[in-house]
Parts: sequence; C-alpha cells; structure tokens
Amino acid sequence: MARALINVPAKAKRGEVIAIKTLISHEMETGFRHSTIGLPIPRNIITSFVAIYNKEEIFRAELFPAIAANPFITFYTVATESGTIAFEWTGDNGFSATETAAITVE
Amino acid sequence: MKPGITKLGFVRSGALIAVLCIMMMHSTFAEIPLAERRSGYDLLSRETRAMQNDDTANPGMLWVLDGEALWRAKAGTAEKACADCHGDARETMKGIAARYPAFDPARGRPVDLEQRINICRSEQQKAPPFAYESKDLLALTVYVTRQSRGMPIEGAVDERLKPFVDAGRALFTRRLGQLNLTCAQCHDDNWGQKLAGNPLPQAHPTGYPVYRLEWQTVGSLQRRLRNCLIGMRVEPYAYGSPEYVALETFLMWRARGLPVETPAVRP
Repeated sequence: MARALINVPAKAKRGEVIAIKTLISHEMETGFRHSTIGLPIPRNIITSFVAIYNKEEIFRAELFPAIAANPFITFYTVATESGTIAFEWTGDNGFSATETAAITVE
Repeated sequence: MKPGITKLGFVRSGALIAVLCIMMMHSTFAEIPLAERRSGYDLLSRETRAMQNDDTANPGMLWVLDGEALWRAKAGTAEKACADCHGDARETMKGIAARYPAFDPARGRPVDLEQRINICRSEQQKAPPFAYESKDLLALTVYVTRQSRGMPIEGAVDERLKPFVDAGRALFTRRLGQLNLTCAQCHDDNWGQKLAGNPLPQAHPTGYPVYRLEWQTVGSLQRRLRNCLIGMRVEPYAYGSPEYVALETFLMWRARGLPVETPAVRP
C-alpha cells in the first residue's frame, strides 16, 4: 500500500475557497530507461488522480511519464457542505490507492 | 620565435603562477568561522523551502511514515521490533541523531546511524542487515533522525572521536582525483559562489537522510559524499567504509550547533 499525505482543512466557512494538497509515494518509472545490463525498465506510473467531494467529482488529473516520482498535486475547491473528500490514484500494474479526509463546514 | 614575445609570454605565465599561488595559499587555512556558518537551506529557492517547511508537501515525510511502521514491526529470528527495546521513538530517540556518528567501544571506531541500525538488526533482532541505500534502512534512519529535528548538532563531544574528526579533516583538505580538488576548496573557500549555475553550499549535513529532487528519492550522506567524489573524478569509497564515517564525523563536528532539519529537501 502506497503511503499518502493529505492536507485538507478540518474546518471551513461555507463558500470559502480551500486549498487541498496531496502527496503520494510512487516511483513513476518512465519506461524510457534501461537497466545496467541494457534491458528496458517497463513503465510504472500513476495514470490518473480523482478527488470526490460528497459523491461529486471536483478534480481529475491525468499523469504522464514526465511527472516526477512521488507526485504532489494541489488544487482549490469551494467548501459547500460537511462531509468527506475521497482521493483515488490509479496506475500501471493495477496500482490503486485511496484516501479520505473529513471536513466540517460551518 | 621573436624574443620579445617569448619574454611577454614568460611574464604572463609568471603572473598567472603568482595568482594561482595566492589562491592556493588562501585555500590552505580557511575554516568557516562559527558565526558565519549557514545551512544549505539558506540557499534554497522559495519553492523548495516551502516544500521542506510543510510536512504535507515534504516528500521526505513519506519515509518518516514508512520508518514509523518499521519501528513497530517485528523482525528476525528474535521476533523483536525496535519498539520492544526502545519504546516510543518520539521519546527515546530524541537527540540521538544529533550526536551521530557515535563511538562504538566494541568496534573501537565510530559508527553512523545507518550502521548502528544494522548492528541492532543483526545483533538484537537476529535479522539480515539492510543494504545501504535500501528503502527500509533510509526510512528507519529518517524516522530516528526526525526525532531530533530542531535540536542542535552536538558534533563529536566524545573525546574518543577526536582522532576520527582529524582523519575526516585530513580527507576534507586533501587533494583528490583527476581534478586534483579538495572538499575545502569549494565548501570552505568558495561557498555562496556558483558551480555550474548552482549555489555552492557550505556542506553542513543538517538534513540527512535528505530528499534530493535530482534523485527523486531520499538518500544518505554517504550517497551525497559519493556524488561529490564522482564530480571530483575520484574513485568513490565503498559504502560503509571508514573514510566515509570519518568524513561524516568531521562534517558533524564542523556543523556543531546548527539545527537538525531531517527530512530536508535539497535540489
């Protein structure tokens, strides 16, 4: 299971613009490199990231081989109601990781 | 060839040699005064500093999480976890990394934190030691070192470390490799200048194991030293060699008083 770090403010005012930061451990092997004996190292990257705020998709990103290891993705959203924000990363070789964060909107 | 030109050439090369001599004299005694020492953090870009400052943006924290899990995981035929002997690392490991490399009486030489972890692993846990630069060894080292974050580096207070500090200093000031450079020429005499567009730091090991953006991973101080040696075109020492530990001991003495930053982020 990949390690991930999520930063979502625990509390926010209704209508407030909040910053969400996510960081996940992943080697992001490009597929363009060769091993010391000349064999190609197969591509192993995260290909997609989705954030869902109370069942509504609020952010989606596609990732490509040029993205560095341990991708850090940050974005903004409007705090609409209390609930959870779920994050899902999927990638090569059946990679899948999920995290959730709770938010209270007053 | 006209004698005039020869003479001019002679005068020119004489002047060049004189300038070089002055530079070399300068490089023989130039330890940085205590008050002028700066962590490499001061030379970072605004963005890289922000990355190090924020624990949810600092990728080194992923290794801290891994290290915390390893600290509690039972290993080896002794079926013991680090926590079974040492308890809560947040209490028991506080300040430990600030005084490593530490003198090991059984071996009669200093050992760095990676070596200490592997000694514990083979002698107490009865488990095979981790390979140098393996993810597990780095994770445990980062986790233990992080418990000293913000604390001043003690820097070879133990009298028994003195000969190893001197050995490290001798290596630091010795000309090495095809480029015939010493570590001190860059890091004592020319810190703050640029080397191939990058600022030259004073080389204080305040944040190791460090997340290096160029590596896209965490690496040890020995990996960083190896990196510098290859740049100087020196055949690097083997991981764990006494030369590296002596250099580490000297560098920690040289950085005494500066706060531990682990996990630091560096370009």
